[in-house]
Amino acid sequence: MIDTKWIGHRFPTMRWEVEKGRLRFFAKAIGETRPEYLDEAAARAAGHPALPAPPTILFSGPLDNDDTPAMLDLLGIDMANILHGEQQFTYHAPVYAGDVLEFEPRITDIVAKKGGALELVTRETRVANQRGELVAVMRNVVAVVNR
Amino acid sequence: MSSVSPSQVEVGHTLPTLRLPAVDRTMLALFAGASGDHVPLHIDTDFARRAGMPDVFAHGMLGMAWVGRLITEWAPQSALRSLSVRFVAITHLGNQPVLTGKVVELLEQEGERRARLEVQMANQYGQIKILGEALVALA
Repeated sequence: MIDTKWIGHRFPTMRWEVEKGRLRFFAKAIGETRPEYLDEAAARAAGHPALPAPPTILFSGPLDNDDTPAMLDLLGIDMANILHGEQQFTYHAPVYAGDVLEFEPRITDIVAKKGGALELVTRETRVANQRGELVAVMRNVVAVVNR
Repeated sequence: MSSVSPSQVEVGHTLPTLRLPAVDRTMLALFAGASGDHVPLHIDTDFARRAGMPDVFAHGMLGMAWVGRLITEWAPQSALRSLSVRFVAITHLGNQPVLTGKVVELLEQEGERRARLEVQMANQYGQIKILGEALVALA
């Protein structure tokens, strides 16, 4: 069983630069073909200051900072036993190539289901840009399957 | 793009369906690199089998990225206020994702008109993989 003393635990703030090459790679990987997500001139023509970050790529900031291994180590969870249960984004301001974001993740809940066969770990992460503006809040639920 | 402007939507309005090609290993390898999700369950068959899975399977966030496309192909991304999903079943190799959505409520929130959408991703057999909800501001 995961110790519930970790509810409230804050992970170190993570920095992540939104790179335009990464945005193009991500767009390609999800089958995106709209020029405003792939081409800077098209993005500007569509009214954006730079290539826009698509809605779910914010998840990559913590991933690039190895947030998942860090959490698994902290809680003593085996990588082979986890599944992504839920994911939520609340958006407050747009994100563009060139932005430098700061992520502040914390554990907000740990709960056992099915007599402990399943445990759910919830993290909430505030995301701010280089001007200190809140751009998004992410909420992530990882399911731990205990075999 | 839909011919219906989001400012004219009504409850029951459906979004244009988004159909994706069958999930294959190349797709998962590219998404692992592009997203930074290097969990081996999605890219290393040996690891997946040791974990009790028949084979590698799709990242949940790949499906959620497609949900993002479903919505932003209907309304501009700048109007998207929130998006939440539950990953209800594993998306396997060979699954052909079919993404659908509909307006289930029109509401006033934080001083603007918004539409609440129900969205889902199923495979070609109609098995549901992702269930979600989004709030979109209306012009």
